[in-house]
Amino acid sequence: MFDLTGKTALVTGASGGIGGAIARALHAQGATVVLSGTRREALEAVAADLQDLNYVVPCDLSDADAVNGLVAAAEEAAGAGVDILVNNAGLTRDQLAMRMKDDEWSRVLEVNLSAAFRLSRAALKGMMKRRWGRIISVTSIVGVTGNPGQANYAASKAGLIGMSKSLAGEVAPRGITVNCVAPGFITSPMTDALSDAQKTRLLGAIPTGTMGRSEDIGAAVVYLASAEAAYVTGQTLHVNGGMAMI
Amino acid sequence: MSDVAERVKKIVVEHLGVEESKVTENASFIDDLGADSLDTVELVMAFEEEFQCEIPDDAAEKILTVKDAIAFINEHTK
Repeated sequence: MFDLTGKTALVTGASGGIGGAIARALHAQGATVVLSGTRREALEAVAADLQDLNYVVPCDLSDADAVNGLVAAAEEAAGAGVDILVNNAGLTRDQLAMRMKDDEWSRVLEVNLSAAFRLSRAALKGMMKRRWGRIISVTSIVGVTGNPGQANYAASKAGLIGMSKSLAGEVAPRGITVNCVAPGFITSPMTDALSDAQKTRLLGAIPTGTMGRSEDIGAAVVYLASAEAAYVTGQTLHVNGGMAMI
Repeated sequence: MSDVAERVKKIVVEHLGVEESKVTENASFIDDLGADSLDTVELVMAFEEEFQCEIPDDAAEKILTVKDAIAFINEHTK
């Protein structure tokens, strides 16, 4: 089950914890992965781990022209069409709304949401021709629940969910599914820096009593990318230890 | 009938699965041949591939009939 041999996946933000885990998980199922992100050295490090069947194609997702060319660049590097697009890249500029600058708002929307739209638009063309495709966007629990201090980030993540549902309806007859994965609290350098008291409080709100691992997100993406998930589209798969049951 | 017209009609027949006799020059993809909006996007992609040309979005929106497609291609692939 979940065999991805012969499929080519483009993963944005592949140098990060979750992005790297997604790339590794897809690769472990046999997919060729194209790793994209802004930091070439960090991408090369993930690539070195994977050894075979991978390509590194850096891209600045705040540059619309670069984003519009990324799918073509990935296809050229891999010598194959992008079958699986994983919109994972994202950034935060947390700030109370009353203090949030226009630039903090628009930069987050641009990178987290507009880039995902542009990449999806470009990838759909080949997917339509091949009558097969998977677009998976990594959103967040806060896109559904909201979070004080994250008006921009939560809006961008909620936007991904609405966009995915709309795209899913457009391309469903062509064998293409469009879904989201919504992580809750995932262990990262950021959560490692929390104090024990903060961690205790945080974990109290999670029924499993644990933080998630980036591998948990990788596994969810593998499922949605697989042939077995062909009948699942327009959905958001929440991976959050039961923190929010939606 | 020109070669372009023949090739355009062949693509339309294959893509929309309609009878060749229905694909007249005045036939509208949506009103007469049962295409939906996604089909029209795919037809334009198929024309681009067959004739090795690029059909910009604003031009694509004006290609509503078989005749429109033939005219655009004749104009842009000389």
